[in-house]
Amino acid sequence: MLKLENVDARYEGFKALDGVSMNVEAGELVVLLGANGAGKSTLFNTISGLLKASAGRISLNGEDVTGKKPSALVQAGVVQCPEGRKLFPEMSVLKNLMLGGYVHRRDRAGMKKTLDHVLEMFPILNDKKDDAAGSLSGGQQQMVAIGRALMGRPKLLMLDEPSLGLAPLVVKQVFEAVQSINREGTTVLLAEQNAFAALKIATRAYVIENGRLVMEGDREAMLGNEAVRKAYIGA
Amino acid sequence: MDRVLNFLASPAMKIVLLAAGILFPLVASSEYQIYVMALAFIWAIAVYGLNIITGYCGQLNLAHGGFFAIGAYAVGLLTVDYGWAFWPAFIAAGVIGAVLGFLVGIVSLRLKEHYFAIFTLCVGFIIYLLIEKWEELTHGTLGVISIAPPEGFGLVDFTETIPFYYLVLFFLVLAIWLISRISRSLVGRTFLAIRISDDLAQSLGINLMRNKVLAFVLSTTYAGLAGALLAGVVRFIGPDLAEITHTFDVITYLLVGGIGTLMGPLVGTLLITWITQAVQSFEEYRMIVFGPLLVVLVIFMPRGIVGTFLTWRGRRLASKAPAKQSASRVENKNSEEAGTHG
Repeated sequence: MLKLENVDARYEGFKALDGVSMNVEAGELVVLLGANGAGKSTLFNTISGLLKASAGRISLNGEDVTGKKPSALVQAGVVQCPEGRKLFPEMSVLKNLMLGGYVHRRDRAGMKKTLDHVLEMFPILNDKKDDAAGSLSGGQQQMVAIGRALMGRPKLLMLDEPSLGLAPLVVKQVFEAVQSINREGTTVLLAEQNAFAALKIATRAYVIENGRLVMEGDREAMLGNEAVRKAYIGA
Repeated sequence: MDRVLNFLASPAMKIVLLAAGILFPLVASSEYQIYVMALAFIWAIAVYGLNIITGYCGQLNLAHGGFFAIGAYAVGLLTVDYGWAFWPAFIAAGVIGAVLGFLVGIVSLRLKEHYFAIFTLCVGFIIYLLIEKWEELTHGTLGVISIAPPEGFGLVDFTETIPFYYLVLFFLVLAIWLISRISRSLVGRTFLAIRISDDLAQSLGINLMRNKVLAFVLSTTYAGLAGALLAGVVRFIGPDLAEITHTFDVITYLLVGGIGTLMGPLVGTLLITWITQAVQSFEEYRMIVFGPLLVVLVIFMPRGIVGTFLTWRGRRLASKAPAKQSASRVENKNSEEAGTHG
């Protein structure tokens, strides 16, 4: 579905991505592991078009999308849920969610359907839909952020560290939600530092270090890999 | 106390304000006061325009005074040199404001933050230079004299102060109504998303350039129409209208009233206009009073009078409400003010 070939990207002058090649098949849940500053967000921003790749080729279902505008990519079904949630704190939960459906704004019936589905997936948001997003707890805010991304009806959903700053129990809920989104047919690319929790729901994983993909493997191989365990699981 | 607060933020308050606007000529002590109020309304319309691009969309535009002058000159030159009547010239001023806004916008909005502000500062200065130096078109430093006033209908004669006052009041109400519609719509929330974060807005699929240009064109159209009204009442304009000081005046009105709020532009413009009137005897020295006041205001009330009021009221309601949930809910009921215009 998504294919990167030798992608380079510069961020504020230095090379933040160096020859990244990766492949995400439809229906997969692929985890991108990496420490702070390894290039996870840069890679996501490059795929979603916020950053321009300085070399290489990105294609979506065989079609070249290198250098396309972010809005065009969202139209094409690539939706990013940014790191740190980034909600509109003073807007209500409902308005936050509706903004996520921006590209489908003319399809009211479809938006209503997606909204019902999101509220069904996160019932707590239904209770709080008229509350200001900023008044919610961290976990609930993350649900709004994921729900907002789902409103764009992604074919490929990119989640950038959804577990950041959340309590372990909440992380578990969030990851269960991610897994169920994936099972319903949305391809997921998940960037995480929390390797153990992420790998448990993953199909495959890549490891990124200093802007390079240094390792790739399926869930079992990654969980069993000594280097991965040492670096990201701490056991 | 809470009743007063709730009333100030309620829709009924808008009706009270409108009634006050309608009744003002009856209670004004002189025709001069009505004239000053009409001028203040015209500037308020321009401030509403600036609020779209700078308040809601977050892009500091320093060419606003320039577009205001373009609107005034459009009416001045079309009526004086080309013999147009006021109303067609008025519409032309709006169209010219929109078209020039579009052309400047598609270039300048490629820049971000300070760079956009500096670019528009230069645009404003270029507009001033063009008006001052291009004598064949603009009459240069001589200015444009005996501009056609708005044609009245029936017994209504807009060269008289009171009918003109009501004409301007009509346009002001129209301007505010349109902005309140926009700010509550998806377009308004799109502008707000852009102000909060370019990147976030883009990840939602918002076409950044298209929406920024739309906000810019709306704001320059407002500026052009406000300038056109000014030309219709003062009937003499010179290149000083395009000087940067007018841009800074408009920004001051916006900051004092409350940037990004619905009623801020009106509150700021009226307040400063009348304070200026009150201290007119100080002439240029009044800036010695205004300067420090503005500094204090920006430090302690960065959201201006209306913004600070809404934040304060929101907090008060939140702390008073029995359960936390209902508190945030109450706050949200007012999101039309506290949120969308926040």
